[in-house]
Amino acid sequence: MSVFDVIGPQMVGPSSSHTAGALRLGLLARAVLGGTPERATVGLHGSFASTYRGHGTDRAVVAGLLGMAPDDERIPRSLEIARREGVEIAFESVDLGPGAHPNTLRIELEGDGLSTSLVGASVGGGAVRVTEIDGREVELTGRYDTLLVLARDVPGTTAEITRLMAEEGINIAFLEVSREKRGGEATLIVETDHAIPEELIARVQRYEWVRFARRLQKVTD
Amino acid sequence: MFESVADLVARAESEGSPLWRVVLAEEVEESGRGEEEVVERLHQRLETMRQAVDRGLGSDAPSVSGLLGGGARRFEAWRREGESVMGPFLGKVVARAQATMEVNARMGTIVATPTAGSSGILPAVLFAAGEELELDDEALVRGLLVAAGVGQVIVARASVSGAAGGCQAETGSAAAMAAAALAELRGGTPEQASHAIAFTLQGMLGLICDPVGGLVEVPCLTRNVSGAIQAVAATELALAGLKFPIPADEVIDVMGQIGAELDEKYRETARGGLAATPTGRELAAKVRWEGPEFENTNVARAEDLTREEPPGEGA
Repeated sequence: MSVFDVIGPQMVGPSSSHTAGALRLGLLARAVLGGTPERATVGLHGSFASTYRGHGTDRAVVAGLLGMAPDDERIPRSLEIARREGVEIAFESVDLGPGAHPNTLRIELEGDGLSTSLVGASVGGGAVRVTEIDGREVELTGRYDTLLVLARDVPGTTAEITRLMAEEGINIAFLEVSREKRGGEATLIVETDHAIPEELIARVQRYEWVRFARRLQKVTD
Repeated sequence: MFESVADLVARAESEGSPLWRVVLAEEVEESGRGEEEVVERLHQRLETMRQAVDRGLGSDAPSVSGLLGGGARRFEAWRREGESVMGPFLGKVVARAQATMEVNARMGTIVATPTAGSSGILPAVLFAAGEELELDDEALVRGLLVAAGVGQVIVARASVSGAAGGCQAETGSAAAMAAAALAELRGGTPEQASHAIAFTLQGMLGLICDPVGGLVEVPCLTRNVSGAIQAVAATELALAGLKFPIPADEVIDVMGQIGAELDEKYRETARGGLAATPTGRELAAKVRWEGPEFENTNVARAEDLTREEPPGEGA
């Protein structure tokens, strides 16, 4: 945790969890998709569902999906901007169960022939925690530049990707590998201390066993 | 990162350095940023905080809902006419706490310290201290560092989220941060700062989060006023040499426990407390946005949720 997590974010009001945090979840979902979505369905759970209007949660998530920062003065007008850019957005109230944090969002996106879903919570003061990507359990805070890879579960995938990162001089802060079943699809989440260059994503993408690679830029200050 | 106030105080005492220096050293080590860069960024944050206060004091623009607006300016004018008996320091604190919260409520730019819903408290205390004690921005940035150290401890041990822990987690945490910062700015010892934190937070335990209409307006704005005053009074107790018998870390822990036990209706759902009073409900009904409420499975489209006029800053 940084002093700027507590003395910050610098943001458009009115709520760090319901506005800035919601925006950051939108930004991460956008990054997983790989760009601005054509269609988005945003499910709001708990306190988010009860108070989203007063907190501008709807506008904040959409601002994130459009790639705006938490202090972007266009946030209050984001729904309008999305409509103008042809982004279709629907909101719904969802019950993600008693175990879900009271400020949880489920974001489903489609665009450029791809679709993705993300579940994440805004845990206070603008901090977020992504708990699910495409139905897989993950643990991601957006505090680090992150490489997200979906790959076939074959031997050596992790070693190969960490070798590439070492070549680029990128230090790994946290590494999480999980898979559905043996030989199925594996998820690699690499949180790093350094920015991840675009070329690295392209190099990772070239392995025939990689289905999908994305760079998620850190969303905290 | 610091896990306890005791740890922060012990490090300051053993190194013979002020709290702000301990927090700065830790930040430099953790973030990999240089000392100058950290300090420079804090100056930028301070400037944004100052602009929010100035905008709030200088404008009558209404909040998103129209429930608030112009209160800070009106109070400041009344105070300047000599009507207040609080003295200039507290009077300024009360006006400035309102100012930031009004800007926040109209979707203006603020710095969340630690949250947007509690963003009035720390700048109110810092800028009043800056003006009344003739402190420069370098001193105020040292105050920010101390406040940040305390906030980190609270995040680690409890919560700063109203939805998770009620208003005590937001305004209580902000007030505790402001108290420690003020103790530092007034030359208090690290131990006195820890008592300032304990004195502050003990008085805010159990405070529920019950925003009318789910807006960060009523009672959030005036709870920021209460928190800021609490921080100043508690710091004076500590500086006078009084000691709160329960250590700051235990007060923080119990705040977290109380928060976890609070009924959901008191955790930022707008279903309890002042939000659920007859008048609270009436006000909420008045500020309701255009378009359908979604209940469970109803899906409201974005255009239905867009109001005719974006709220904007208006300042």
